[in-house]
Order: sequence, then structure tokens, then C-alpha cells
Amino acid sequence: MTKFKLRLYITGRTPQSQRALSNLHEICRADLAGRFEIEVIDVLENPTLAENEKILATPTLVKRLPEPVRKIIGDLSDRSKVLLGLDLETLDPEGAHDHQRTH
Amino acid sequence: MTTNAPTDPRPGELEKLATGIVGFDQVANGGLPKGRTTLVSGTAGSGKTVLALQFLLSGVRDYDEHGVFVTFEEAPRDLMQNVRSFGWDLEGLVADKRIAVVDATPEPGEDVVHAGAYDLSALLARIENGIRSVGAKRVILDAIGALFPQLTDATIVRREIHRIAAGLRQLGVTTLVTMERTREEGGVGRWGVEEFVADNVILLRNRLENEKRRRTLEILKFRGATHHKGEYPFTIDADDGVTIIPLSAIELKQKSSDVRVSSGVPELDKMCGGGMYRDSIILVSGATGTGKTMLVAQYVQAAIEKGERALLFGAEESREQLTRNAAFSGVDFEKAERDGLLRIVCRYPEVMGLEDHLLQMKRDIHEFKPDRMAIDSLSAFERVSSAKSFREFVIALTSTIKFLEIPGLFTNTTSMLTGGETVTETHISTITDMIILLRYVELHGEMRRGLTVLKMRGTPHDKGIREYRIDSDGIHVLDRFRGVHGILSGSPVYSLEAERSRLNEMFRDGGADASQG
Repeated sequence: MTKFKLRLYITGRTPQSQRALSNLHEICRADLAGRFEIEVIDVLENPTLAENEKILATPTLVKRLPEPVRKIIGDLSDRSKVLLGLDLETLDPEGAHDHQRTH
Repeated sequence: MTTNAPTDPRPGELEKLATGIVGFDQVANGGLPKGRTTLVSGTAGSGKTVLALQFLLSGVRDYDEHGVFVTFEEAPRDLMQNVRSFGWDLEGLVADKRIAVVDATPEPGEDVVHAGAYDLSALLARIENGIRSVGAKRVILDAIGALFPQLTDATIVRREIHRIAAGLRQLGVTTLVTMERTREEGGVGRWGVEEFVADNVILLRNRLENEKRRRTLEILKFRGATHHKGEYPFTIDADDGVTIIPLSAIELKQKSSDVRVSSGVPELDKMCGGGMYRDSIILVSGATGTGKTMLVAQYVQAAIEKGERALLFGAEESREQLTRNAAFSGVDFEKAERDGLLRIVCRYPEVMGLEDHLLQMKRDIHEFKPDRMAIDSLSAFERVSSAKSFREFVIALTSTIKFLEIPGLFTNTTSMLTGGETVTETHISTITDMIILLRYVELHGEMRRGLTVLKMRGTPHDKGIREYRIDSDGIHVLDRFRGVHGILSGSPVYSLEAERSRLNEMFRDGGADASQG
């Protein structure tokens, strides 16, 4: 089973940061139970890490493993986009990206 | 510190930060609004990045103010390499912790997914981190427009840039933001930039004029602070980077000298009441073959004889031609050059823009430190530029030599053989202190030469039109033309009195040699 190494960049304890955290936990619980590892980085406390990974926006979720590395920008409220970014979902060619599907 | 500024800010206006960019602080009445963000907008290749980088480097070099450099489009390594040609060692300054770099360029081939609301707090935190790490006072955000295609929502980007500008203001740093515009006229920039940084705007233009690039800088607005209005030409070159030529901002504070120096033609000195003033700008205007170049040679010779240094800019003839022509009138340019009393610089006007010529000439003048200088001919430069930039060129050049209190002699070639006036005469006559006209005079079926001192500032002078001859010793000024007027208009009219006596003499002497003398 593929192990997911995720890193979430946030800035302080803003509502947006909180939302991103709870959305991420929710998605991981539902779709990645038992095979994920989350590291949360507060940019205000650790700007050098953000510099190295060239983070512009927060919240940003970085999927470090499995490759390819991918950045998912936003508070992760668009669940289907997050799943797409994590390669857990493919876009329906019929444009059915409005409703959510789970594996 | 504003106290270092060449021009102090006016009372009641916002404090300014002297940039150290040559000429800019004069045009900006002291510098950029301190602690604020200023937008620099221009088309591709207009010099935005070089100007911004120079702002950082001058800060480090001249004011010991450190800087942060945020790049959105060009990778830091490429950028640092590109400015190496200016002799700017950004890598060294980064290693010395005087400049910090924030790389906000998109990762090539990076795959970004948008999934919900976001802001650019991370970018602001990184800039803040950079500012703290080097104790920066100056920040540049280069090519901020590159953010828009990176982040799909333009509204959010605009809002966030506004927030970053506010954040930087709180940190007390002075910021330059560069942004590309697609055309030389019209809106300030793409993406509706006016909406988020509208307080201070500088426009850089790079127009094609007479097949030459002409760069200008215009301060469109400074909120709560004064500045000079209109476009100012500037140059970018490998030695000084950006140099702005602050024409109307040039202060007319030059002292006026009453020391006289010789023109090299004794009779001409007499006509001027004992020589020309040491700090005067002399325009010698005449058609081809009237002896302008010879007058230049004698003017140079007058300096050499006294052991003084002369700098001669040739624009139409090569060094060899100038040297040979001078030899005709007994002036040895080669020896003078060997003795270090003369430097001849020949550059054809066509090789570069007038602004670059100006910069080069100023450099030559500051290097050689001449006691007098000449340009033969000035009108050659007029050919390759618009009337406006030519006038600007002359103003800037004359103010440089006036400041040094040395005389400058410029020649002007008129197109008509007799009479007439040229654009050069009309455009720069107000700038000159002395105008000498050399004219062919058609008199009694013969071409003769006439010279007059049309204008001489600050002293009475001989206003007559004098005949002159050229021989192997140079120019000899003779007596006035008598019994004739209208010489300068090119169609002389003989007065009846003189004509009658001439006719009388002709008949008395048989008329054979009456036309001579």
C-alpha cells in the first residue's frame, strides 16, 4: 500500500488555517486511513522551510510522496480537487466534478 | 537618509529616500517616498529590472542600506548572471548578508492544484524573513505581474498585492515594484495594477526615434510628495547602469567667470574686447569650407601654447583627417597628443543614441580634465536625432562644461553656402554665450568670406561684418565690408554711394584691378 507523506503549510491560527487542517484530517480519515503522515508547518515560525519549498500561498498542501510532488493550494474545501491532486480521483470527462465520489 | 539627497524635499511633503541612482534623485526632488511602495511600469526591455536592482545596489554601496530582492519571473541565478556585465556582484552581496533573495518564480513544470480559498501570507512571511535576516531598508518586487498566470484568480492576487504593500509599509521599508505594460502609451500596466498600487507610479519608455532607441523615465505621480514632471532621457550602460539626465532639473547655478582666454585668432580676440570668457559656450556656424575646422585647430593651438589641455570631439572626420587639416595651418596635433595636451575622440554620431554619446563625452571630459573642449561638428549630431533630444543633449553637455568653467566651442555646418540659418542655430542659440558666423559673401562677382560676432554675452563687442582670409598660417581677420549690406541674408545690396565711387574709380583706373581688395 502506498504511503502518503503530506506537508501542510499554514500561517498562524487563522480561520483559513483551521479550515484547511480539519478538511485535511477529514479527507485522510476517509480516503487514506492508516497510510498517511502529516507534517504541519507554520510559515510564520519557519519561513526558511517555506523559502526552500517556494511556498507563496497559504494554506498549501504538498504531496511529497508518492511522486510526483504536487502542491495543492487553498483551504482544501474543494474535496474533489484535493483528491485529484492526491491522485486518488480522476476527472470525469463528462464534467461530473460537482458531485463527490469516493473509493 | 534624506540629508544626503542632492535636493532636499520641500517643507510639508512626505519624507524622501535618496536612491543614489544618478540623476533620479534630482528629478524626484530628493528620492522615492520613504516607507512607501512605488510602481515602475514599462514595456519589455525598458530597463525596469536594471533600475530596480540599481536602487538596491546603490543602497548597499552609497548608504549602507541593505535590501531584499523578490523575483517573480526570472530565476535568481539567471538574474545575477545577467547583471554581471554591469560589474554588479549580487552573489557576493548575498553571501555577505547585505542582500537577501526571495525566489517567487514558478517551478518549471510544477503541477499546482487549486482547492479552496487562500492568501499570499506565506510570500509576505518570506519577504519579512528576508528583511529581518539582513536588516533591509529597501525592497524590490521584480515582475510582479508573473503572479497572475501562476495563481488563477486575479481578484485575489490584486487584493494580496495590496496587502503585501501595506505589510511592507508597516515594516518601514521603501519598495519598488516593477510591472510590465504592453504598450508605451495608455494604461499603467496589465491586470488592472492601478487598482492596487496607485500612490506612486514611474513610467519607463523605450521608443524608436529616428531609428534610434530613446529611453525615458517619467514620474507619473507621487502621492503627497513633489517631483519634476515630464519625461527625462536615461541611458543604461555597462559602467554606470542607469543614468538619468535631469535636464530641466539642472540647476543654473554656474558661476560666471570674467577671466578671458584666447580664441587662437588674435583679431577675433580683439573683436571680443580681449578674448572670450573662460566659461563660455561658443557656436561657430558656417557653410562647408568657410574654415570652421581651422578655427577649431587654432582654438586648440591657443590652449597647447599655454601648456593647457584641449579635448576635441570629431563627429564628421577621422582622427587622421583632423590631424592633417590642422597641419595645414601649422598646428601639430600629433605632438600635442604625445605631450598629453590634446585628446582627439572621434565617434560617428550614427553609432549610438544621443544619450549614450552624452554619457561617453561626460566620461571623456571627467577623465581628461581638459582646459577647453570643442566639438566638430555639433550639427552632425543633430542629423541623427529629433529636435527635442538634440536640444536636451546640448543643454546637458553645456551644463557639464559650464560647471567645470571651461570654454566649449561647437561648430555648426549650414547647408546654404551664403546666408541662411539652420535648426542648430535656432535651437541652441539661446544656450550659447557667443555666436560667430562664417559666411561666403558674393561680392562683385567673387566669393569672399565674412565673419561676424553675432552675439557675445556680458560684454560689448565689434558688431561689424569683417572680411577674413585663410592661408597657411590660419585665419586672418581683415577690415569691415563697406558699402554693402544684406550679407547675412545671402543677397548683398551695394549702397548707391559706395557703388558710385566704385564706378568712378573703375573708370579712372581703367577698372582692371578695381575688384581686388
